[in-house]
Amino acid sequence: MMEEVNEVTSSLSVHGHNIKVTEVLKDGDTLTFLVVSQKLSGTGEYHVDRTYDDFEWLQQHLFSQEDVPGIQGVIFPSLPAKAQVNASAKAMKQLGFLGLGEWLPYCKALESFLRQIVAHSILGKNKAVEILLTSSDPPGRQRVKKNIFNRLSQAVEERRKEGHKDVDEFFQSERVRNLVLTGCAKTAAERFLDVVQSEQKIAVACGHFSASLHLCVEPGEDPDKQAFSKVCVKLSEVFDSMKKNMTSVAENNMNTLGLGLDMESRCQEAEKEMLFRRTCKLVELETARRNAEKAKPLKKAAMEEEKKAAETEFDHICGVAKQEVARFKAARVEMLQQALVQWCEKQLLTAKETADQFNQHLQAFRGMA
Amino acid sequence: MADTARDPPPEHTDFHELEDGEDLFPEQTGTLESEPASLAAEDISTNSNGPKQDSLFDDDPEDLFAEATEEVSLDSPERDVLLSDGPSPAITPITPPCSVITPRIGLAHDDMFTHSSFDEIEEEEGGDSFDMHISVSDPEKVGDGMNAYMAYKVSIKTSMSLFKSREFSVKRRFSDFLGLHSKLASKYLHIGYIVPPAPEKSIVGMTKVKVGKEDQSSNEFVEKRRSALERYLMRTVKHPILLKDPDVLQFLESSELPRAVSTQALSSAGLLRMVNKAAEAVNKMTIKMNESDAWFEEKQQHFENLDVQLRKLHASVESLVCHRKELSVNTAQFAKSAAMLGNSEDHTALSRALSQLAEVEEKIDQLHQDQANADFYFFSELLGDYVRLITAVKGVFDHRMKTWQKWQDTQMLLQKKREAEAKLLFNNKPDKLQQAKDEIKELELKVQLGERDFEQISKTIRKEVSRFEKERVKDFKTIIIKYLESLVQTQQQLIKYWDAFLPEAKAIS
Repeated sequence: MMEEVNEVTSSLSVHGHNIKVTEVLKDGDTLTFLVVSQKLSGTGEYHVDRTYDDFEWLQQHLFSQEDVPGIQGVIFPSLPAKAQVNASAKAMKQLGFLGLGEWLPYCKALESFLRQIVAHSILGKNKAVEILLTSSDPPGRQRVKKNIFNRLSQAVEERRKEGHKDVDEFFQSERVRNLVLTGCAKTAAERFLDVVQSEQKIAVACGHFSASLHLCVEPGEDPDKQAFSKVCVKLSEVFDSMKKNMTSVAENNMNTLGLGLDMESRCQEAEKEMLFRRTCKLVELETARRNAEKAKPLKKAAMEEEKKAAETEFDHICGVAKQEVARFKAARVEMLQQALVQWCEKQLLTAKETADQFNQHLQAFRGMA
Repeated sequence: MADTARDPPPEHTDFHELEDGEDLFPEQTGTLESEPASLAAEDISTNSNGPKQDSLFDDDPEDLFAEATEEVSLDSPERDVLLSDGPSPAITPITPPCSVITPRIGLAHDDMFTHSSFDEIEEEEGGDSFDMHISVSDPEKVGDGMNAYMAYKVSIKTSMSLFKSREFSVKRRFSDFLGLHSKLASKYLHIGYIVPPAPEKSIVGMTKVKVGKEDQSSNEFVEKRRSALERYLMRTVKHPILLKDPDVLQFLESSELPRAVSTQALSSAGLLRMVNKAAEAVNKMTIKMNESDAWFEEKQQHFENLDVQLRKLHASVESLVCHRKELSVNTAQFAKSAAMLGNSEDHTALSRALSQLAEVEEKIDQLHQDQANADFYFFSELLGDYVRLITAVKGVFDHRMKTWQKWQDTQMLLQKKREAEAKLLFNNKPDKLQQAKDEIKELELKVQLGERDFEQISKTIRKEVSRFEKERVKDFKTIIIKYLESLVQTQQQLIKYWDAFLPEAKAIS
């Protein structure tokens, strides 16, 4: 399938599976991310500072590998939307989970982006990857030429092609499934976000209540007053515990399942884009075939050439796409499983810790004469 | 046994409470016994059976005093009859010739009888410690349309000798509770007892119920009310004096309770309005009380502060309840979307796990709802109750001021009469002199009474406040323990759910 050697192949000098985006620094309006990767040979590490523009640069390079046969059949790892300090409410809403938690989930998303690229049999070979991960200079802010992958540039007429009937049962059913899953995943992520935000509000309310209770503490030696003050102080501690609990629960939700649902949602979108590209190619191919058939003798040869080229390209894409779909399915199941297991383990731990704390408070109150 | 326990609050003849703007001494200046006792300004009920009392309530066209025709003594057998629709005789004989009043020579004018016998009651019953449990349950709609009402079952379990049986129950409706409260308020508030306020009326809530909307909000309303009525009764009976009041006992034991009149005015919201009006009136009268007792000044400030703090806490809890309910709604929504995700998923194990996820989230939603209820019924209502209780406390302090004022006014009047007498002497008008002397004698007694009233109410308030402070601590502790128990239980449930889900998540691949 891929006989031609990719001119931009290179081998990566770092491990892919443990790339970390460890820190995010705010520099005025810009966010800078620290990317850490382990050297393949020896025990060294690369520490590089990257901004969102650098990630986008990488993405554009990957998109523009036109000479890689079937590149359009690749399901590209999803790069999250741009993170901004003082982002607008609309922008924050678009980011969803990634906009929460002081950008920690966002860092995780960038991490995942890089790890997926490195692990990809085609994408990982691109030189740009090595540059982004290891170069001490930022890859530069030159805009790579616009490419066909930029969905925004796709004209409105093209969208009609989305519903174009497929010739391949495998892809037809995959398109249908993808459509449903994309919608479900997006809704689930949004609703889970609502849950997390409610939990955060509860944590804040508990904090307020706890603080207000301290105002009820009355000075004085009156034993009844002292008794009541003691009750208030102890109750304040209870609500403090409740606040901590809710905060942990929300964080657990955010960092595991929330992130997982967000990833799933973006991954399904990525698959959707790939399937769409393929569908567009299919339309092109069918057009080319018709043209070749209908062509006047003068143009016939040229049309036949075009038809053949379209067929080849389409075959390549289908080949890559089939592999990608299989890889994608396995990857997302694994990702979701990890998210669910981590989520459950963390919540279980939090629940146990909290149960202990509440029990202690209960005993303290019961013991209060 | 029962008889001695039921020493009625003694009748007192001329405990004369002022209404706003009313003359300190109405025209009738007959003997003390013939002066009708009148209402505390706060009292909204029909308990006044003094003649020519203007109705306090413009919105009530009913002649409140139409039935106030009979003389009563607390020992009279007509007592039970008169505890029905109409003024409670517990305070007032209307035109009591001395013979009707239990003859206690020398104490005929002794309003301290009121209080000292209460003290006796408290000390007497030392052996019978408080052991009573009241529950309000089984709300049942009676009737149809706008005349419908909710009947509640009031069940009492007790070992106290005060009661005829150990376990018994009665059916009561909301206006019965209001009626009880108004009677207690009229009897006890003005002498310094902190009478627990009755639950609020709610036109909107009740209309929904009457109209027959069987939806969640009207169910919630009924439950909220049921719980409030229960707490109200428990607070009332925990008060050693109130427990023994015949109206309370009748409320708890009588199978048939005559309908309380005009409960529109009897609601605690109305009471609150009256208390506030009285407070304003007190302020307007610019009572510059020479507070000789720093305790009262300090306590009043204390209650002012407490009021502010409790309201703040209450608002805080309301916000918490609101967010908790929102969380429940969001959790339910998420559960649905997780279920859809599971259904659309073709990887079998993942699909199953996602469906399990949806189920877990549904269960967690239920936990959130339960927790929201706990937040509300334990804390929100507790704080609300105490905010309302403090209003009653403040009312009692205001009464003390008014009592003081009355005493001072009487003293001033006495002074004036003395001066007038001196003038008469000077001008040698012997016929008017005798009248003046009589008036002076009368006033001297009144001054004495005024002073004793003031001392007594001060003493009572001190006791009541002390009791309040102790009860407050107990109340809060009890509720907090219940709340913590609910928190612990929730966490343990959560642990169960997570424990059950974990293998499902791990089994995905």
